[in-house]
Parts: sequence; C-alpha cells; structure tokens
Amino acid sequence: MSLIVYRIGPSCTIQDQGRVGYLDQGLSRSGAADILALHEGAALLGQSPDLAALEMAGMGGEFEATQNMHIALTGARMQASIDGGPVSWNASHQLAAGQRLVIGAAVQGNYGYLHLGGGIEAKVFLGSRSAHLTARIGRAVQQGDTLTCGLHTGKTGLKLMPADRFAGGELRVVASFQTTLFDQATLDRFAANAFRRGTRANRMGMQVDSDGGGFAASGQLNILSEVITPGDIQMTGAGDPFILLPECQTTGGYPRIATVLPCDMPRAAQTPAGGPIRFKFVSMDEASALHTGFLSDLARLPSRVEPLVRDPHDIPDLLSYQLIGGVISATD
Amino acid sequence: MARDLQFPLVRTVGFDGALVTFADRMSENANRAALAFRSEVDHLQWDEVTESSASLGSTFVRFDTQRVSHQQMLEKLQHLIGQKDWYNTPLPSGRKLWRVPTVYGTDLAPQLDDAAAAAGLTPEEAIRRLGQSRVRVLTIGFAPGQPYLGPLGPEFNIPRLPSLTPMVPEGALVLAISQFVLFSGPTPTGWRHVGQTAFRCFRPERADTFPLRPGDELVFTPVSREELQHIRANNTDNTGGATCEEIAP
Repeated sequence: MSLIVYRIGPSCTIQDQGRVGYLDQGLSRSGAADILALHEGAALLGQSPDLAALEMAGMGGEFEATQNMHIALTGARMQASIDGGPVSWNASHQLAAGQRLVIGAAVQGNYGYLHLGGGIEAKVFLGSRSAHLTARIGRAVQQGDTLTCGLHTGKTGLKLMPADRFAGGELRVVASFQTTLFDQATLDRFAANAFRRGTRANRMGMQVDSDGGGFAASGQLNILSEVITPGDIQMTGAGDPFILLPECQTTGGYPRIATVLPCDMPRAAQTPAGGPIRFKFVSMDEASALHTGFLSDLARLPSRVEPLVRDPHDIPDLLSYQLIGGVISATD
Repeated sequence: MARDLQFPLVRTVGFDGALVTFADRMSENANRAALAFRSEVDHLQWDEVTESSASLGSTFVRFDTQRVSHQQMLEKLQHLIGQKDWYNTPLPSGRKLWRVPTVYGTDLAPQLDDAAAAAGLTPEEAIRRLGQSRVRVLTIGFAPGQPYLGPLGPEFNIPRLPSLTPMVPEGALVLAISQFVLFSGPTPTGWRHVGQTAFRCFRPERADTFPLRPGDELVFTPVSREELQHIRANNTDNTGGATCEEIAP
C-alpha cells in the first residue's frame, strides 16, 4: 500500500523514535521532535509507537492513496481535507484508493504528523527509520516520492483529545553538570525571565529570545567540549539560549545552563515563533515523578481514544463508510 | 570551573545521564582514564545503562531512570571509580594505526601557512612536524564519525580563529589548540584548514559505517596534490588511500 506525494512542504521527513547507541560515534538520536504526537498517532491507529510517521514542519502536502488505507493526523494542527472535504485533526480516517489528502500549513504549533496504518516503511539504518538531515542520513520527502506502508487491520474514525502544548508556556528543567558555571544571580534571572521562541529553529535546536541581557557563564571560552543531551539549554558566545532538539550535536563547548525534562520537550518543540516560554527549575525527585507520570500517560493513550462524532454533511464520501459498524454515528 | 573540584567527579547530565569527569582541561592521562572507564562500563553491561560514550576528559552514561535512581547510579559509578587508578590504565585493546595520505597547504588546504606562522614555524617545517605526528583519537563527536585527534606538539597550541571559515569540505584536516579534527562532512569552522584528505569518517552505505574508534592512532602522511587526485580517481572504498594495521596490545 502506498501514498503518492504530489506536493510537499520543504521540511517533511520520516521519523520514528530515533536511533540509540551511537552517541560514542558522534551520531545523535534524531527521531520525532514531538514524541507525544508519535504515540498519539499510534494510539489512534491501534499500532506500535515504534512505527515511523511523516513529520511535517510547518507545512504538509498533497497525497493520493493507491489503495484503501488508514491514516491518522496528530501534532501541530494543520488544515486537512480528503477530496476537498475537511477532516478532523487528532483523528484517524479511512483513505480510499484514488482519494486525495491535502494537508496545509500549521494553524498552531510547528510539527504535524501523518501516520499511515501499518507504519511508513522506510529503510532501516542503524536500527531506525528516522532521517537525520544534519548527519546526511536520509533526506526530506520530495514531490514524486511514494510513501509505502505495512498492513493494517485496525479501525478508523477515532479521535483523541491532545495534550495542549502548541502555544508555549512553562518548561520544567533540571540543573545539569554545567549549571554551576553560571553564578546564582544569572540563574535567578534566568528562572524569573519571560522568554519567547526566536525565529531561528530547526531540528537541531531552537533559539529562545528575551529583552534583557544574555546569560553568560564564567570562563565560558575555556570550557572543554563536553557531552550534549537533547533538551539541553545551550548558551552561545553572546549568552543567547538555544534549546537543543533531536538532531543536536553530540558534544560542544558552549555551556548548558539546564536541561528541559523529556515530558516537556513536546511543548518546547511545538512552541511557535514568538510564543512565550518560561523555565522552572525542579528537583531531581520532582523530575522523576513527572517523568513517571509522563510514561504512564503515554501508556494510557490507547484507552483514551474515542469515536469521532461528526455531522454526516462533513463526510466527503459517506457511502464508503461502514455506518452500521458503530464507529461513526450520524445521529449523535 | 572552580579550582577546588576533586577529580574524578561524578555528576548528573540532564535528566537521564551521568558523567564521570577526570579533568576539566585536556590532558593525556584524563583522556586515557575516560577511554578506559568507558571501556569498563561497556564491558560490565549494566542492565540499566542504555548507552555510554567518552569525551575528551569524561565518560558519559545514559541510564533508565525507571530501573535505578539517580543516587543509585551515581553511587555505582563512584564505586567503580574506586576500583583502580584509572589515570594509569592501559588504553583499550584492539586499537588500530591509520596512515592517511594528506595534502598540506596548496589551494586544497589554504590555511597551512597561516597556522605555521601562528606556530612560529616555516610552512616546510610545520608540514614536516605535522606529517610525522602520531596522534590518537581522543574522542569522536559533534558530527557522525568525526574524530578529535591529539596531542600535537605545544608549538601547535594556537587559538581558534575569531571568525568562522564559511565552509571546509569533507576530509578536511583542521588544527587548533594542539589538536586536529578530521571533518566527516562539509562544515563551517573556526579551526585552521591545514590539510586535505580523501578519507571518509562516516560511511553510511557500508558495513563499517564508523571506521575509527576512540584510542585509534593516525599519521597524516604528506603527499602531493597530484597524488591525492590520483587516489581520489581510484578511491572506490572511501578509505582515501589510507592503510590500517593493528596496534599490538
């Protein structure tokens, strides 16, 4: 089964949860910028969150199904339609052979995800299907490509209320090994400051702006290059913070003031340009509790999926649906 | 970093990492310790460790926080530190010596003369010294397969450039602070571009995706521009004419 790509935004890549274990070879993990969206899509299609999906940065594309297939749409909300009829985001849908799926620009947030039932079948390299453009692994999906997928037998016509994470907000951070390079006054100012996401952002990292001065460490230019982990908040030479994302470098000489918790990385990555950001230091015990909660939320996602209730007038091809299956209700 | 820190130092990295730091400045012993400690962590195969790496002077361990608490992990590492004198541990076994044909200077590596001047040497003398230096892979990082190599002689302890060279090509040999980096891809850099090779550090299309390992040693043998062109024309295996032999343990 496959989907033909007629048009596509400039920064759409195939992503799964990334490749672990190559840090010692200078290769960072890559993987979806919004891991939660990957799990939401898997829950909607009743499949494994290890399968790959199409990550669409800012802009989607136009696709045609070669056979009947199942899709789900998650992450940053984008305008979407099937054969001209609008379809719900955060939901799963049937796409019949010959039908055109059009996904427009992000309405809120940055990274939208198109999931195919059975997962996208891209080449596995070092244990993952994730493109890593910085490392020149894989490439952006282009017009004329075909996205093939595996077999899928689950239901569609389901929806999932997404965790709100598309307008910025508070990011919880823990102190890391270089935090003490910053004096207490700088750390206090950092924690109290109102930031906004800057315009410079890609899958390596995102700039965070504010109106005050920079946040420099003492002896910043003499620091030995040291290991980097995604979520690190790195200060450039001028003391401007960048939050590092899945394609970050594996080592670097710029000091890191703190690290955003994994549970808040979807919110960080989805904060639109200009969106407000604040950093809140939490203790390692609080962080562990938050992380445990995040993992159990992910595990509970399949149980939160519910039938998509829609006005029959909005359904583009009513006759193709199994109305007596109970999944779609025309009366509710 | 404050002067009163006691090494080795064990600290957390972000939410799910721990770092054992052997020194806060580059030293032969600290790098040796970091490699040996990482090798031991690898060998022990602790269930809760998801990956590890060695940087210039530290060993990094990522762990599953659901299986072990931060405190337990730090204590476990502290215990391992106490097992031996890591600063005087032999380097890991199975290391290799690579000899990589390298064009120094010319239009292929235009900052050789500048680097020689900064080191207080004539270009010929700089090439002679660099071409005979046997350097070790201190760490691999920043970009896939990309080695930091050293130490070079103290005369090559020259600073990074104040402004970036917009782009140097894959296989470029660059120099600063008594270290080489051999670039695995085209990149902007503040290090001086002193040599050019046809060696590929990252070979995604091959089984030996990452040919170099931390602890391997390299000699960048001077060749002429014509020789490198000949190597490139016949370079079907991406080794850039490099030879490789085992280093006896």
